[in-house]
Amino acid sequence: MFLFVVRRLFFAVVLLLAVSVFTYLLFALLPTDPAALSCGIHCKPETVLANRIRLGYDKPILEQYWHFLRGIFVGRDYGFGQTAFSCPAPSLGYSFNQHACVTALIGETFPVTAFLAIGAFVLWMIIGIGVGAIAALNKGKWQDRFATGFAAVGVSLPTFYIGLLVLFSVVIWFQILPFPSYESPLDNFSAFITAMILPWLVLAVLSAASYTRLTRNGMLEAMNEDFVRLGVAKGLRLRVILRRYVMRQALIPIVTIAGLDFAGLLGGAIITESVFSLPGMGRMSIRAVVDSDLPVLVGTTMVAAVFIVLANVIVDITYGFLDPRVRVS
Amino acid sequence: MSNTAAPVLSVQNLRVSFDTQDGTVRAVDDISFDVYAGETICIVGESGSGKSVMAGSIMRLNNSSTATTEGKILVNGIDVLTASEEEVRGIRGSEVAMIFQDPMSALNPYFTIGKQIAEAYVVHHPGASKREVHDVVLAMMIKVGIPSPEKRIDEYPHQFSGGMRQRIVIAIALVNNPKILIADEPTTALDVTVQAQILDLMMSLQKEFGMTIILITHDLGVVAEVAQDVIVMYAGHIVEQSHVDALFHSPTHPYSWGLLGSVASYGANKRGDLYTISGSPPSLISLPAGCAFHPRCVHSKGSGSACMTVQPKLRDVGTDGSRSACHLTDDVLISIGRGSDRS
Repeated sequence: MFLFVVRRLFFAVVLLLAVSVFTYLLFALLPTDPAALSCGIHCKPETVLANRIRLGYDKPILEQYWHFLRGIFVGRDYGFGQTAFSCPAPSLGYSFNQHACVTALIGETFPVTAFLAIGAFVLWMIIGIGVGAIAALNKGKWQDRFATGFAAVGVSLPTFYIGLLVLFSVVIWFQILPFPSYESPLDNFSAFITAMILPWLVLAVLSAASYTRLTRNGMLEAMNEDFVRLGVAKGLRLRVILRRYVMRQALIPIVTIAGLDFAGLLGGAIITESVFSLPGMGRMSIRAVVDSDLPVLVGTTMVAAVFIVLANVIVDITYGFLDPRVRVS
Repeated sequence: MSNTAAPVLSVQNLRVSFDTQDGTVRAVDDISFDVYAGETICIVGESGSGKSVMAGSIMRLNNSSTATTEGKILVNGIDVLTASEEEVRGIRGSEVAMIFQDPMSALNPYFTIGKQIAEAYVVHHPGASKREVHDVVLAMMIKVGIPSPEKRIDEYPHQFSGGMRQRIVIAIALVNNPKILIADEPTTALDVTVQAQILDLMMSLQKEFGMTIILITHDLGVVAEVAQDVIVMYAGHIVEQSHVDALFHSPTHPYSWGLLGSVASYGANKRGDLYTISGSPPSLISLPAGCAFHPRCVHSKGSGSACMTVQPKLRDVGTDGSRSACHLTDDVLISIGRGSDRS
């Protein structure tokens, strides 16, 4: 088991290195000059040149990549003398658009994304598994048809449509909630909840749809297993059979997908954040694309990659706990 | 058969049907029989003759949303079919236990086998201490012949061979000392060498625990070895019910003749060919009118006869307690049944 974890972590690091190479290639491939972008259209050529040297873009791409990689572990210094400044480790570069270290920018936006992801995740797991279980237990009845319909609608509706619809109806037409404006939960908890409730619900209900389907089918499949029949033949209570026999089996694929979905969300819920104007990492990434803010783009991509790779490792390890057949081999 | 005590299990006019998209499947159609304490009764028949469905209804294991069950199944005076869920739970595993066909899929892959045996015990002994449960489980594992049980109690099903898993399933079934053990083709999925071991184990445990065994099988060799009474099923009906000796020496139903003729050691004629029953079992959705076996029966009397219009009732034939559902006269059934050339 220990060896398994070590091996998985080693490959995770290799994978992240590969991701960093490919994302950093953006600098080489895009026809943009970071130095020129850093000081606007009316920039004098000598200022552009100075900026280029100050930010290190005069060096060959391989050397730039090396400095980027090194910066993650030891931090990075920019410029000389009077104009010198530094981004402490773990440095993911310097945004010439926003004039700030990328790590600091991510530090500001990531909590918003994390709060959004955690809240939505908890809600969608409860809704998804709950509705799926009710459907499986009432197979063929109206509850099942309702759940199946919910799953079909939820899976096919795009977030930007439902998000805007909810925003318009709740905030503008019925004025049940004020227009969401994000506040840190530490500063103003009720404002935080007011701002988050709609994005949580929209994200949760739409994501829950596929979990409903997964839970329903997984449970129905498990209920046909011989060992469930033996459980009934033992005289066990329905509740016990559902928990130890049916759910135990149905949850295994759900854990895998939930882990990856959650990790993906931590990399930024781009559409939801944009629709509800949440200052999270997803919205920052979109702005970085529009502004050609390459360091920010590389930074957020790396953070998202770390979460997804980590989630993969964690899911694999959890799998071993959930299914003893995987543990041994 | 000439038992004066009350039966431990009494099945009366049992009918089980399933609603499917293609129509209603009559899996079990008007079956009645009694089982007495300590006896071994075998139920034989082809696949799809309703054996397993019938066995499932004794513990009310069939899916209640698709299956319609009529009749009575009395265990300990309680009608399993109409009893409350709580009453049925009290019977399952404690009065009536079951062994399934495929030991590879009958155990929960996510828990140790120790936990699974313990679970069966604890549900009917809620006050048992951990120590007691542990001792019971170990004792049970020793009884069913699992080597080094102290070590294996914490292992998972996938770490056991098929034969060992079937032993564990038997341990689970017998941990509460049930009165009736239903074994649904318990050796079909096992290697031939292991089959005999499992049967021997069941028979020796029957002596020790004194339970009744209802063995469902299509292996007539097994029937000859272990059964006292035999029920032959065809298309959801009982076609013959006889003492095992009577069945093998003078079977009283054309289907039984065919069944026995198709066994290698019994049916080899002078050229060494095996007898085959021509045709295949009927669809349970649209059974033939009259006797369900008539399209395949070489003794069928042809069009317009009772075989094609009237469903034969199970009646006593001869003096050895055999019962048969056939329109042929007793004399014919007895003489052909005793004869050497039954086909």
